[in-house]
Amino acid sequence: MNNKIITPLEASDKVKKSIAKRRAKDNRLKLYGRVAISLAVCFLLILFYSIFSKGYSGFFQYYVTLDINFDRERIDPKGDLSDNSLFDGEASKIVNESLFSIIQPQGRKAKKQAKKIVSSGKDVRIAKMVKNDPSLFGTTTKVKFALDDDIDSFLRGYIKRETPESERRISNKVIEYIDKLNEEGRISYEFSDYILSGSASGNPEMAGIKGAFIGSMLTLSVCLLIAFPLGVATAIYLEEVAKKNKITEFIEVNINNLAAVPSVVFGIMGLAIFISIFGMPRSIPLVGGMVLALMTLPTIIISSRAAIRAVPPSVRDAAYGVGASKLQVIFHHVIPLAMPGMLTGTIIGMAQALGETAPLLMIGMVAFIVDVPNSILDPGTVLPVQIFMWADFAERMFIQKTSAAIIVLLGFLISMNALAVYLRKRLERRW
Amino acid sequence: MFNFYLLSSVLLISLIFFFLGNNRAKNLVKLNQKNLHSLTHYYGVYSLLASLLPALGIFFIFTICDDLIFAELIKKHIPKEVVASKDYNFTIVLAQINNSVEGLIFGTPPQWVTNAAEIWISWIHKSQIITVIICISTALISGFLGYKKISGNFRSRNAVEKIVMSILAVSSVIAILTTIAIIFSVVFESIRFFALIPYDEFLFGTVWNPQFEGAERAGSGQEGLSQYGAIPLFAGTFLISIIALCVSVPVGLFSAIYLSEYATSKERAFFKPLLEILAGIPTVVYGFFAALTVAPFLRSSGSIFGLDVASESALAAGLVMGIMIIPFISSLSDDVINAVPQSLRDAGYGLGSTKNETVIKIVLPAALPGVVASIILAVSRAVGETMIVVMAAGLAANLTANPLDAVTTVTSQIVTILVGDQEFESAKTLSAFALALTLIIITLGMNFYALHVVKKYREQYE
Repeated sequence: MNNKIITPLEASDKVKKSIAKRRAKDNRLKLYGRVAISLAVCFLLILFYSIFSKGYSGFFQYYVTLDINFDRERIDPKGDLSDNSLFDGEASKIVNESLFSIIQPQGRKAKKQAKKIVSSGKDVRIAKMVKNDPSLFGTTTKVKFALDDDIDSFLRGYIKRETPESERRISNKVIEYIDKLNEEGRISYEFSDYILSGSASGNPEMAGIKGAFIGSMLTLSVCLLIAFPLGVATAIYLEEVAKKNKITEFIEVNINNLAAVPSVVFGIMGLAIFISIFGMPRSIPLVGGMVLALMTLPTIIISSRAAIRAVPPSVRDAAYGVGASKLQVIFHHVIPLAMPGMLTGTIIGMAQALGETAPLLMIGMVAFIVDVPNSILDPGTVLPVQIFMWADFAERMFIQKTSAAIIVLLGFLISMNALAVYLRKRLERRW
Repeated sequence: MFNFYLLSSVLLISLIFFFLGNNRAKNLVKLNQKNLHSLTHYYGVYSLLASLLPALGIFFIFTICDDLIFAELIKKHIPKEVVASKDYNFTIVLAQINNSVEGLIFGTPPQWVTNAAEIWISWIHKSQIITVIICISTALISGFLGYKKISGNFRSRNAVEKIVMSILAVSSVIAILTTIAIIFSVVFESIRFFALIPYDEFLFGTVWNPQFEGAERAGSGQEGLSQYGAIPLFAGTFLISIIALCVSVPVGLFSAIYLSEYATSKERAFFKPLLEILAGIPTVVYGFFAALTVAPFLRSSGSIFGLDVASESALAAGLVMGIMIIPFISSLSDDVINAVPQSLRDAGYGLGSTKNETVIKIVLPAALPGVVASIILAVSRAVGETMIVVMAAGLAANLTANPLDAVTTVTSQIVTILVGDQEFESAKTLSAFALALTLIIITLGMNFYALHVVKKYREQYE
């Protein structure tokens, strides 16, 4: 900077010369901003695209249609349709025979390979069918069976015909059989009836999210029942009842700290307190719900307090003016007016809890559980953990199933958040 | 089911008391031809609470305590020679007995376990009977006492309000209790860990190789096979956070500047929620995305340039984590930048500066504490993030600054150590608690520091 005094004319000249540069700088900053936002949106789109492009096909799978002769003697040897009797029956054998009659495998080895074409859940499927409709006995009906996951991957084109046989998971013989089935028009690509109604399974073609979904719902309801009343009560106490002193300040600091604690730490606490000290069983939705409730509590408290604070003092004064007691003011006037805000916060907290994985891993909800949980005391798992487990499995078909499960999860989260936004828009009052 | 029936019957009793109390108050009004102090239903609610709360309290104490008491009592029924034996471990014995109680029998348990289980079951039956008798009688007696209190000059509304107020106060204590529970669970186990492993080895050791004690013995008898130097974990956490920041700070900050200074209100209303979607996506989804889309992509594009990218790399995890924390920076910074008073901007424009100059030289310096705080909060989120690193960063405790290698982090080690069954006594399990303690200290420290920055450097404009 030199201290030479310049005339106004020179000054304006200087400004004029630099103005293009300054404008360009301005535009550049604007451009950076645009680029940054479009980058972020791009990330979002890529994420959604990669999930959806893989996931939508996870809702479908390949089936083979076979003519099944429902021979009561063989399927239900005791004739009482009990699980035991159906288990002793020869349903799998009947399916295999029907399959063999089409593809005509020669020799033991070929038969062994051919048996694997149809998913191992075939006997369960037949048992279910005859239980639902015993009049099937004695008839010959066309039944659809899921194909094994390797065959499914082959039909989808993930396993290539050109790959040398030794590096392929399915042999030339099997490909020949599949071509035969295809020629007869017996193979179809349909909406999977396993993905939504099946449970955890080691066979990807039979794996479904029903168990995890119900586990999620049970866990979330425990979480809601604990976190909502506690959160709202705490918010009311801190905003309306408590005097501002050291204790309430301490509580406030605590709540803010809890909001900053990583979620995995809540899992450790659940493990050390609920499971180790109180001796609660592992893997049950009750413990999961309790841990998630403690985790979402700060979210609910903070948003409920904001909602209570937004209720104008004039409402309270008016109520006091006609002789209401403090509790009547709170419960008859403040809470009803603050409820939309509280609900919004609660829904957002629940969405957080629905997507949470790490703390539930700690308390053992990662166990491989085939049965659908019936109550909050049955061992179960939840959707995000199911996704985590499936993502680890090696079979190709699990990638599609995982993505499909993610789509279901995202669908729920998006609708919950949309509900929160709608509630806020709809019920929000301007004072 | 037992608990359910018991609770429903207690609830039923207290509901009966509600109607009794309500009616009594109504009769009093009729009899005296004069209104009572409170509305009649308050008298009903008072009787209800009087019968319900003590019974519930006793119920919870009983259900929580019975297992603990049984565990103490059962010690007498374990044969002396078992207690005296070298590898006696009460937790394991207790688990054996509990399994046997629940009908989960593995192999053939020794006779004394079966006997102890039978005794335990008989205790359960006894305690159930006792719980029923005590809970129901408490509900009846205390409800009756509450009912008896109702009279012409009893101020039931005040009594009810006092009870409700104390319920509110108690629920606000839960937040403190949770904090205490977290600290308690983490600190005590960490102390036990540091009794086994000196803290300087933990903090400054450069090799992380935890092993179960069984594994150590199975090894060739070498001592000190497992090592608990946490430096590689801290380094991995640090590396991934830095990568995440490299993505999220420029994108988040420029987005915030654009949204608050350049965007029209329509654009803002559209893009801000859109960016916030990124924060709402579950981390397991990000982990899946990182492991199955980003990591293979990096691997294949790395091989084009002749780089050897590990299939689980710090870069993949860091990039995806960066995407995840964009909204933390953009939304918070946007709020802070918006909070800078318009008068400052107007002053800048009045002096003839362009928008760029106003933003860079006036608005950003004014908003800096808030922006810094938002970045610190984003870092603390990145440090505590678990699923992405578990799924995409690998488990190899490499001490490296190369983002293309696999690294591991504090959180992913906690998860790997604590998932599945673990023996609570081993140093390996305890090390997870020590890691959790450091994690809490780091994240809370950052949180405090962020708040401090905001408080200290905030300019008071109004």
